[in-house]
Amino acid sequence: MEEDSHLEGGENNREIEIAPAIIAVHPTQDSVAVAVGSDLRVFDLRTDCGVSLVDDSVEPFHKDSVRAIRYSANGKLFVSAGDDKLVKIWSTDTWRCISSVSSEKRVSAVSISNDGLYVCFADKFGVVWVVDIHDLDVNGALSNRKAAPLLAHYCSIITRLEFSPDGCFIVSADRDFKIRVSVFPKKPLEGAHEIQSFCLGHTQFVSSLAFICSKDLPQGFLLSGSGDSTVRLWDITSGSLLDTCEVGSQAALSESDGSEESCCAVTDLCAIQDSNLVAVAIQGLQGIILLGCDFSSKTLSVAKVVSITEENFIPTSMGSSSAGELLWFVTGISKLRDADHKSLARLKVVSGLRKKGHPESPDQHKPVVLGDEEIPGSQKLLEKLQGSLSIDQSVFSAAAEAIKTAMCNLLIKKQYPTESREWRKRTRNDRKAKQ
Amino acid sequence: MPESEANPTFSKSTGLPRKRFYRARAHSNPLSDSHFPVPVSPRHVDYTAHFPELFPSYDQVDGNSQRIQFADVGCGFGGLLISLATLFPETLMVGMELRDKVTEYVKERILALRVTNPGQYRNVSVVRTNSMKYIPNYFEKGQLSKMFFLFPDPHFKEKNHRRRVISPHLLDEYAYVLQVGGIIYTITDVEELGEWMKACLEQHPMFEPLTDQELEADPVIKLLSTATEEGQKVARNGGQTFTAVYRRIAGSSS
Repeated sequence: MEEDSHLEGGENNREIEIAPAIIAVHPTQDSVAVAVGSDLRVFDLRTDCGVSLVDDSVEPFHKDSVRAIRYSANGKLFVSAGDDKLVKIWSTDTWRCISSVSSEKRVSAVSISNDGLYVCFADKFGVVWVVDIHDLDVNGALSNRKAAPLLAHYCSIITRLEFSPDGCFIVSADRDFKIRVSVFPKKPLEGAHEIQSFCLGHTQFVSSLAFICSKDLPQGFLLSGSGDSTVRLWDITSGSLLDTCEVGSQAALSESDGSEESCCAVTDLCAIQDSNLVAVAIQGLQGIILLGCDFSSKTLSVAKVVSITEENFIPTSMGSSSAGELLWFVTGISKLRDADHKSLARLKVVSGLRKKGHPESPDQHKPVVLGDEEIPGSQKLLEKLQGSLSIDQSVFSAAAEAIKTAMCNLLIKKQYPTESREWRKRTRNDRKAKQ
Repeated sequence: MPESEANPTFSKSTGLPRKRFYRARAHSNPLSDSHFPVPVSPRHVDYTAHFPELFPSYDQVDGNSQRIQFADVGCGFGGLLISLATLFPETLMVGMELRDKVTEYVKERILALRVTNPGQYRNVSVVRTNSMKYIPNYFEKGQLSKMFFLFPDPHFKEKNHRRRVISPHLLDEYAYVLQVGGIIYTITDVEELGEWMKACLEQHPMFEPLTDQELEADPVIKLLSTATEEGQKVARNGGQTFTAVYRRIAGSSS
């Protein structure tokens, strides 16, 4: 059956194995982490040098593409997980792996509870698991944990997991256009059985989630990005759709290449802390779109489109610290089929997103794409996180196309004509893959 | 409305569709995504299409209007729904079925019954869908007062247990669409499945069993084993049935 052949690693589905580069920024910007394929790279901004990860196993510590990385809210822990069915928890002081959790299926999303006591991860079959880490010794020896099932989206790939700002809810988004808001219970190991709401409205896979808050509204609103080229604003308590922003048309306006609009998916969202802004990365756009959220009217509007002009740069992942001063983004791919390159990554930073100082001055956002030398850590950071300093423009265009195809193949249900469906039924194999 | 003379799939005498023209395998794979339309959200469910006599125009469906309260999950040939329709004439109810031909049969049956019994059966309809994936698309939180799971596919092999329509994870969704106090009815003639369903319900924090007195007083209980084809077949063969009827209770955070 289609589901199983994706998951058990069908030999003819090579495109699915291509993974986009992802980035995570430490809450107080002590470090920045980038994962490209199975390679996990961290740069320590306090000591201004690259980090050597320590683990019991041999490098690369992940045997297959890393699909999700995250820092805990207090910055003490870092989690990485992916196609090798491992969730690795690292201490950010020593950068040693302090726990490795096995998953039955490939991991597609990861999140850490706000109090840092639980790690949740989701697999490609739709189950969200929870691991109790509050007695995990940060300086201790490797202790491998077992995960308990928390909740499930029946037979659907879960694309994102997010905890609400007050820690009361856990939000899970899937490729079947659904967003589920569940009460995060006092005893998570017994399961999150109480569903608060479903946020339904997207007409394609949901690819990204972010919460945006203000001082007056600490519980904030939920934002979601989707393959339907929209970003939507939700009230998670009721599941109501507050506003829809058609960012896809913005991407088409800025880009003049007039290519097919088939899969202009929103790939990532990043809420800029202490502001009403959220950054949107969308396929086909070389740059990012900044949306402003009006908390009183509960609406979204395009504040600015930040274009990257000198390079072919379509971001695949974004991150920022709690201070929200800088927005970091990366574009990259684990490997290109035809090229000689093993993997590619290019990192850029945008600053000037938050209003500076004076409350009387006009609402001017002057976001600026920083040059390589202006980025914190500059050359050393770029070398460590990108893997190299030199970039080949033409290869990045091919990379963007490959990632777009991979995402569509993974998250959009293939429509087979009737004749081939019958043939596929005949050849399908229900046996479990050999372990 | 198909004419009886021209269409042999309908019986000339009763005006009802003939089952033998709608035969399908008992089993259908809930993992495969067949191509049927799914409403984006419960507000997009087309009440006019399902209950035309009660919602003549689309504008009439608003926040205050009546909504579906009973759902028969895996309704098969519609036996239970037909019995419930006249027992609860003021309640809207819908059957959910994955198999195409069987859904067609139920649709035709309801339409025919509406013609032969004017004023009746206006409150019942059927929809072709995968209820394991799309129940939240059809029903708002706490909308349903009754949910039925009659003789579900046992999926005997252990590796297929995850395809069972009653499972710990899916009960979260059923609890979501059921109102507090709403009732979930399950029945099967497969003992192992009966034990499984009972255990899942027993372990779920948002369901509690009905007492024996409550079961006695509920007019629907008897229908579980007598109203459907499956139930009648089991009775004919002298088989045993295993029921588990539970009430949705408030969650700990409410």
